[in-house]
Amino acid sequence: MAVETAPALRAGGLDFSGTRDMNPTPALDCTMTADRLELAAGGSWTAAHADVLERLIDAAAPRVAEAERISLDMAGVEALDTIGAWLLERLMRRSNHHGKRAEFKGLPPRYRGLIAEMHAVNLQPRISQRNPNRLWSALDGVGRAAAGLMSDVLVFLAMFGELSAALGRVMLRPRRFRLTSTVYQLYRVGWQAVPIMVLITFLIGGIIAQQGIFHFRKFGADAYVVDMVGILVLREIGVLLVSIMIAGRSGSSYTAELGAMKIREEIDALRTMGFDPVEVLILPRIVALVCAVPILTFLGAMAALYGGGLVAWLYGGMSPAVFIARLKEAISVTHFEVGMIKAPFMALAIGVVACSEGLKVKGSAESLGTQTTTSVVKSIFLVIVLDGVFAIFFASIGM
Amino acid sequence: MGAGADQVVIRARDLVVGFGEQVVLDHLSLDLERGEILGVVGASGSGKSVLLRTVIGLVPRRGGSVEFFAMGPDGPRPQEAHAMTRRWGVLFQQGALFSSLTVRQNIQFPLREYLRLSDRLLDEMATAKLELVGLSGRDGDKFPSEISGGMTKRAALARALALDPEVVFLDEPTSGLDPISAGDFDALIRTLQQTLGLTVFMVTHDLDSLHTVCDRIAVLADGKVVAAGPIPTMLACEHPWVKSYFRGRRSRAAHPAPN
Repeated sequence: MAVETAPALRAGGLDFSGTRDMNPTPALDCTMTADRLELAAGGSWTAAHADVLERLIDAAAPRVAEAERISLDMAGVEALDTIGAWLLERLMRRSNHHGKRAEFKGLPPRYRGLIAEMHAVNLQPRISQRNPNRLWSALDGVGRAAAGLMSDVLVFLAMFGELSAALGRVMLRPRRFRLTSTVYQLYRVGWQAVPIMVLITFLIGGIIAQQGIFHFRKFGADAYVVDMVGILVLREIGVLLVSIMIAGRSGSSYTAELGAMKIREEIDALRTMGFDPVEVLILPRIVALVCAVPILTFLGAMAALYGGGLVAWLYGGMSPAVFIARLKEAISVTHFEVGMIKAPFMALAIGVVACSEGLKVKGSAESLGTQTTTSVVKSIFLVIVLDGVFAIFFASIGM
Repeated sequence: MGAGADQVVIRARDLVVGFGEQVVLDHLSLDLERGEILGVVGASGSGKSVLLRTVIGLVPRRGGSVEFFAMGPDGPRPQEAHAMTRRWGVLFQQGALFSSLTVRQNIQFPLREYLRLSDRLLDEMATAKLELVGLSGRDGDKFPSEISGGMTKRAALARALALDPEVVFLDEPTSGLDPISAGDFDALIRTLQQTLGLTVFMVTHDLDSLHTVCDRIAVLADGKVVAAGPIPTMLACEHPWVKSYFRGRRSRAAHPAPN
């Protein structure tokens, strides 16, 4: 191994820039003569020794500031890069402030340009950011959050309005509706989502049945498990689970897609070609979602009932025939309707949130991530709030 | 080779690169000598960017070797390969600035990762690099999405220069700039090359860049270097593509050939 590296070392040794790391550590000697401070820099003044260099410069700085006349001997410097040159310049500036001018001695010609270049930078003091008062910034944060909440509502309503307008235009001229795009989106958010939705709801149905049987059995009420599973699944769990899953699965992908298109200026490109992005991109997506969620809710509810029935049979010893007979008595079409009526509204909320968050993405990759997270969190929150509102509504109309 | 062994920074030999059925570079050989500005030209799709990406190791090669700093034909060992990345800087065609960091943080990123610098020095170095490429310290606090195309190129160059590399790879540095900005950028590259002692590998389409800053030009066609040398060599070359490129109407309009 030593034999192998030897040529490289020798070759590099001839040329300073080839082997910076192998150069000697930098040094800065200060000698005070009668009226002048003589500094002699030596070694390698490069980025690899940046921490040493900074200490050297800081140590010499007070003496430089005091001295009347300064000379800097550069003859011993073997390598110099921008960091080294800047640190020397910074040192010299300590003295130059007071109308004195330090002189360089023995500066190799190849470094003249670099020293001159560094002499011209960092002349304007950087405006340091004020460190604001803690209390003030806390209040500032609260205020901004409140204003943000208001603007979120406005953005949601604006997107809803634009969507309605686009829908109106499409209804007046049905040929403008993008059927291909809608079908493709329906395939993505509907058909491709079927396996996972069915699996999850099937499992949840089974779990609810198992828990019901386990606890109801204590007071001999296992037969009522069917009522619980049936009503819960059809009214609440089916639509809620599917909506939350869709918000995480399809809402996030809507936001990410539209956000990436926004970053790459594709949305601006559409606009300049005279297309309305809401009509071209957002309407097909939301229409697809509004169609897909009720279907998925129905499939999910069936899978959950199936799972519940299976667990009741295998775990609770209730035969399928008994389960179906109890189910017929326990549930009515009303329960089913309640669940299905909610589904398209959930889809609409998820779609509008996902698309408006997507359009809020600004230039950076980080912003894309933030908006996607926001989109999922907001749509799940909205789905649950909507569910609560529906519960009050259905209770008051006696459904 | 006229230059001594240690004067060759990059020695590419018999490079073969392809994607699927398509062979982009076919036994290509090229040298980059210390301190020169090499311009690589070629028709769109002739593999200029692929060559650049192969040399810096982003595209796997099917055959041939790339040798850096006379380290031997097998190239650096893995632990050395990482250290190599500190000795070159790359300016990507679109800038490739990290979009979630400000321009200043972009420049500080390699400094912060590789060196132990105080916050004050980090700030000063970032401003110094910004001013070196003709931006102001105030531009440093903007995000990449908030600056113009020309500024993006400059900021990306500042980041490429952050660690004082010996070799700088530029992928179409002047594309998308107006002729005046492009000329300024060329002058900037020339100045930086002289003051910082850089070696520059530049992929370009810009005839002006080739005439004003490049010491040597390599022409890529059919996966090979069909001609290499300074402008006079190019003007004398009889390869049809080189002929139409350097002696075509666009070229003659900009740089009338001396009679």
